[in-house]
Amino acid sequence: MSFSRKHLLGLENLEAKEIIEILNTAVPCKDIIKREIKKLPTLRGRSVVTLFFEPSTRTRISFELAAKRLGADTVSIAVNTSSVQKGENFVDTVKTIEALGADFIVLRHSVAGSPQLLAETVNCRVINAGDGAHEHPTQALLDLFTLRERCGEIAGLNVVIVGDIMHSRVAKSNIYGLLKLGAKVTVVGPPTLLPPGIEELGVRVMTNLDAALEEANVVNVLRIQKERQQKGLFPSLREYTRLYGLTKERLAGAPQDLIIMHPGPANLGVEISEEVATDPRSVISTQVTNGVAVRMALLYLMSGGENGDDLFN
Amino acid sequence: MAMTYLIKHGFLVDPVAGRYGEYDLIIKEGKVIAVGKDLAGEGQEVIDAHNLLVMPGLIDLHVHLREPGQEEKETIATGSRAAAKGGFTSITAMPNTIPSADNASVITFVKTKSKEEGVVRVYPVGNITKGGAGQELAELADLVEAGAVAFSDDGASILNAAVERYAFQYGKLFNKPFLLHCEDKNLTADGVMHEGTVSTKLGLKGIPALAEEVIIARDLLLAEETGAWIHLCHLSTKRSLDLFKEAKARGVQVTAEVTPHHLTLTDQEVLGYNPATKVSPPLRPLHDVEALQEALIEGTIDLIATDHAPHTREEKHQEYSLAPFGMTGLETALGVVLTKFYHTGKLSLERIVQLMSVKPAQVLKIPGGTLKEGSPADLIMVDLNIEWEVREEDFISKGKNSPFIGKKLKGRNLATMVEGKWVYKSPQAPFNGVEKKF
Repeated sequence: MSFSRKHLLGLENLEAKEIIEILNTAVPCKDIIKREIKKLPTLRGRSVVTLFFEPSTRTRISFELAAKRLGADTVSIAVNTSSVQKGENFVDTVKTIEALGADFIVLRHSVAGSPQLLAETVNCRVINAGDGAHEHPTQALLDLFTLRERCGEIAGLNVVIVGDIMHSRVAKSNIYGLLKLGAKVTVVGPPTLLPPGIEELGVRVMTNLDAALEEANVVNVLRIQKERQQKGLFPSLREYTRLYGLTKERLAGAPQDLIIMHPGPANLGVEISEEVATDPRSVISTQVTNGVAVRMALLYLMSGGENGDDLFN
Repeated sequence: MAMTYLIKHGFLVDPVAGRYGEYDLIIKEGKVIAVGKDLAGEGQEVIDAHNLLVMPGLIDLHVHLREPGQEEKETIATGSRAAAKGGFTSITAMPNTIPSADNASVITFVKTKSKEEGVVRVYPVGNITKGGAGQELAELADLVEAGAVAFSDDGASILNAAVERYAFQYGKLFNKPFLLHCEDKNLTADGVMHEGTVSTKLGLKGIPALAEEVIIARDLLLAEETGAWIHLCHLSTKRSLDLFKEAKARGVQVTAEVTPHHLTLTDQEVLGYNPATKVSPPLRPLHDVEALQEALIEGTIDLIATDHAPHTREEKHQEYSLAPFGMTGLETALGVVLTKFYHTGKLSLERIVQLMSVKPAQVLKIPGGTLKEGSPADLIMVDLNIEWEVREEDFISKGKNSPFIGKKLKGRNLATMVEGKWVYKSPQAPFNGVEKKF
């Protein structure tokens, strides 16, 4: 089987077997990263454009490294959001980029649905690198890869996602991916940060983190944005930390083999303490490494590769 | 000098005159002068309306013509032609133009321009507050004297209840309705679609149903207290309906409209991020849509209005959150209503004429709504059974932002007469006789 999607806009519409194929292909990709000479000619002559309308260092660099290791040419375009507000037209911008000869556009945008608009506008392949509060499929894929690597099997895991579920594309893509692979998902946060109807996606909704952690195998801690507090969604970061911050004290009541994840960048001392982030149970830096492997696998499969066979050559 | 016409063998639907069946009509000097069976006469142009409905022209009390100031979206010329095509013979012009219709000169401009370039009757609506900003009262007496038929700050609510209270009290000097867009913009914030499961899935910021409902509750209380005459624009939720029903039952002077899109489309339409589905108030979930349909059928809702809100292609062809709110409606309303309500057996033709012509005329206290002898000859000829697909290239309106594009409808207006003159004739109409500007 090969991965036959033209675009990757989200995990909602992928089938479990497609997700598994990407994860399987990421295994040899990770081996390549560990080699001394970390480069393959698979994407030689192709160009991958990372088009970021929102500042992000790690996701952009992760995509660029993934593309470079497969031999692609990469171009990185950071569009200042303020110039969009000044009237720079998205449709016009992306048509220009396509005309310059892009084979892939990797898009990060603050507005949900932009990757769909991009895919409807251009002929090249589109990868969603995070759109508003919609989806961030490659983050979820790397989280799934990390869990598979760590636990062998995702089916049956109890995964708690804690934090600003309302505004989180990471939560959304993780929910879709985890449920498709058979995990149980609980989302936890203050009522003002839990989006309406989230339970209809098939998750359990809780507001008490301690209770949720009791049976958890995995906790995925989301970044809390300071501007949410300014909008009145919770009273203070201090109180947020007291109720939902992952601290050593709070971990005392959780299973000893709990896996701790964070999509980064973390606000240390707010949603997660530094002590916990660097605890042996934390896989945060592994997640970053795995991000490159998963994105390599995706670029490889979307370029027409199969099963990763020639990745071993 | 208008011609004299004899319209023969049409199926007349005129509930005000109590006529429902095959009748002939004679039109002379802009008026209906005779209605009867087997009429004859000399010197008239005879039109065979066999197999067609003849109905009083539709009246839309919620139209954004965008002129002056946003002629790239729509003009009085294009908007009134779109209206004529859709079967409307009278429309309002909402005041959120640039400059806004908060003063007599803009009202006069709209009236003059409509006479010169329009093809249907255009009734300007004046602002309630200066600039529609919700702070200071506009000069309501001036607006009425210039020809405003109603007051509205449509697009927004007057958030300061004290300002609205004074407006309602002062407004009692005039026998004009307040057309109210009910929305608490603090609750809407930067929301772009109905807040619910679909907005959560799409990651789009939601607008809670409450944003509409809290203002409706407040406005009903203010109207009850002051004795003002209010009309609620584009009701869209079940709870709004409940509040409206309760208030009506206890004697508040209130009427309400619903749009064809809120009656027939749910928030599921937003899946796929088509900006043509972005509208204020937003498309709601099925239970609200069903409640609106039920209220329409049982007669709680007074009338159907389109909230025709044209935008340019460039404005709508961008990221969902950045595209403006609004959809067009003049050219699809009748087809949608016939398809979803007449052909399904939910509404009779007489009820449809009540909802789209009789009642809007009553609310605005303007002529129309009937074709009895002596009435203005504002009429349309409708083919109930013609099946058609809504296509972007067929719109006369400058706005192509319709959520119905690609949908199949059954029933369509074929010809429109305003004051005894044909102002629209479809190529499918079975006769000749169009004069004036076409």
